[in-house]
Amino acid sequence: MTAHVEQTGPEPVPTAPGTTSAVPGMTPAAPKPVTKRFEFVLGLADDALVAAQRLAEWCTRGPEMEEDIALANIALDQLGAARLLLTYAGELEGAGRDEDALAYRRDDREFRNCLLVELPNGDFAVTMAKLFFLAAYQVPLYTALAGCGDERLAAIGAKARKESAYHLEHASLWVRRLGDGTDESHRRMQAAVDEVWPYLHELLTPDPAAPVDPATLRADFDSVVSRVLSEATLTVPETSWTPAGGRNGLHTEHLSYLLAELQVLHRAHPGASW
Amino acid sequence: MYGNDFPADDTSSGLLGEVEAAETALREAAERGRHGAAGADPAAYFAEVIAADQKVEPRDWMPEAYRATLIRQIAQHAHSEIIGMQPEGNWITRAPSLKRKAILLAKVQDEAGHGLYLYAAAETLGVSRDELVDLLLAGRQKYSSIFNYPTLSWADMGTIGWLVDGAAIVNQVPLCRCSYGPYARAMIRICKEESFHQRQGYELLHTLAHGTPAQREMAQDSVNRWWYPSLAMFGPPDTDSTHSAQSMAWKIKRFSNDELRQRFVDMCVGQAEVLGLTLPDPALCWNDERGGYDFTQPDYAELMRVIKGAGPCNRQRMEHRRRAHREGAWVRAAAAAYAAKQASKKEQASKKEKVA
Repeated sequence: MTAHVEQTGPEPVPTAPGTTSAVPGMTPAAPKPVTKRFEFVLGLADDALVAAQRLAEWCTRGPEMEEDIALANIALDQLGAARLLLTYAGELEGAGRDEDALAYRRDDREFRNCLLVELPNGDFAVTMAKLFFLAAYQVPLYTALAGCGDERLAAIGAKARKESAYHLEHASLWVRRLGDGTDESHRRMQAAVDEVWPYLHELLTPDPAAPVDPATLRADFDSVVSRVLSEATLTVPETSWTPAGGRNGLHTEHLSYLLAELQVLHRAHPGASW
Repeated sequence: MYGNDFPADDTSSGLLGEVEAAETALREAAERGRHGAAGADPAAYFAEVIAADQKVEPRDWMPEAYRATLIRQIAQHAHSEIIGMQPEGNWITRAPSLKRKAILLAKVQDEAGHGLYLYAAAETLGVSRDELVDLLLAGRQKYSSIFNYPTLSWADMGTIGWLVDGAAIVNQVPLCRCSYGPYARAMIRICKEESFHQRQGYELLHTLAHGTPAQREMAQDSVNRWWYPSLAMFGPPDTDSTHSAQSMAWKIKRFSNDELRQRFVDMCVGQAEVLGLTLPDPALCWNDERGGYDFTQPDYAELMRVIKGAGPCNRQRMEHRRRAHREGAWVRAAAAAYAAKQASKKEQASKKEKVA
């Protein structure tokens, strides 16, 4: 195996479709032959996939029937983006892995999603806080991707940014309703913002070599977040704790449970088609 | 991106054709216009509208029993859609491919949508959705007993689409011609989506039945468990059905339970053959004289037990619904409080404007 260089097209396929990325004969510590772009796309794909899985957990449990529909709809959007991104990541990797091989046959240490999306749903306020911050990040991210030089990413960005704009609108409305609703909802919404806030740091960690450097999204992100929190009568938490590691495969304890559920049936029937 | 990429097949095209015919009939009836007006004898006018296959509309006079029957039936149907999300919702997080996950999520979402249309149709009869939901949660209104059976394997996602949605369509297609306009119109839209659900279930099951031995076994086990509960979805035999005669006279219902059950069996036999799966009824056999299949009736004593609350999942389904409602109460209260605050802000702003 040679070292892989940055590239946009698929490489020759070195292994049969459906095989995992484990390379016989290499020491476990050796880095896998992956490109920078593959890692970047995989990170975005995993954000969307894990967010979709968490949102889908709400199905039949929403606080009102309309919200069951809305959350399922947002989960479907995230899942749709995840599928496009995973497929592209598989092509960039060039190891013959399709969307299902990447979603179902990687362990938590191989996932590249940010920690925010894997946090448990909590109550409705925690879910809305997570969705609000995720959408406030995904809107400028997908918008920037839509204008980037990689045609595939540009097309995915152009499609996904419209969906994310709706997610942001929906979650912002709930953050305002809950923040400026009753005493109980205000208390719960503030607690949710406090709980989730430290995980935002990871989203915007600079990565100048990436197709879109997350640091460049900060101005848009901050402006939306501060406006909505202020309208919602919520205060910005002060904390110096900045948990991170998701982009390097170091996750919270929650992710492997989420993956256990997501992958259980697929892994119970190796080689089966569905 | 999800679910639209199946090859076309004709498993339910006959029924879909009937839905389309009902839609055309509805349009034609509307174009013909109704003769005369209610005048001095609204009861006679109501009878004329029914006799002429015209639609009764929300503001028309109608017998109280007609209204009550429709409310009961439409509410039960709406509750079934909402409770019916649970057995399938059970497998969304474990769907074995991302495509199947997307399809299942979209399907369960459709069911929530059907529930909402149907509550809206019931509201045209002068009852609110909140009242109906309270009746469900209090156990005073029913939902289809089929949803009190558990989904024990992934194959159940296919079988529910094929058999349960299939039975629902056979039941519901005639409702597209129901005499009450808002219900008939809701059913046309719902039947079109249900027909798609049935096709996806059939396709899912077909994939399993032609997959690995373990997948095939999973599919057969699932059909074995769901066949008789699906037959029971048509209700008790005609000899025991309490609501049927009056509903047929009012053209709410157009075929008897047993007629619809027979139609369903006749439809399924050929489809099971194509799937390569066996329907678990050794007595199943073509009867040339009757022009239909002879089959073993479902256990109606079991149906009655499940309706009365003793099915495998009655308690679980109701507790799940009650819990979601209870845990969402603070969210609904917050939305109401926020809306009231916004409205009062708007009012104050417009007062200021007037003063200025």
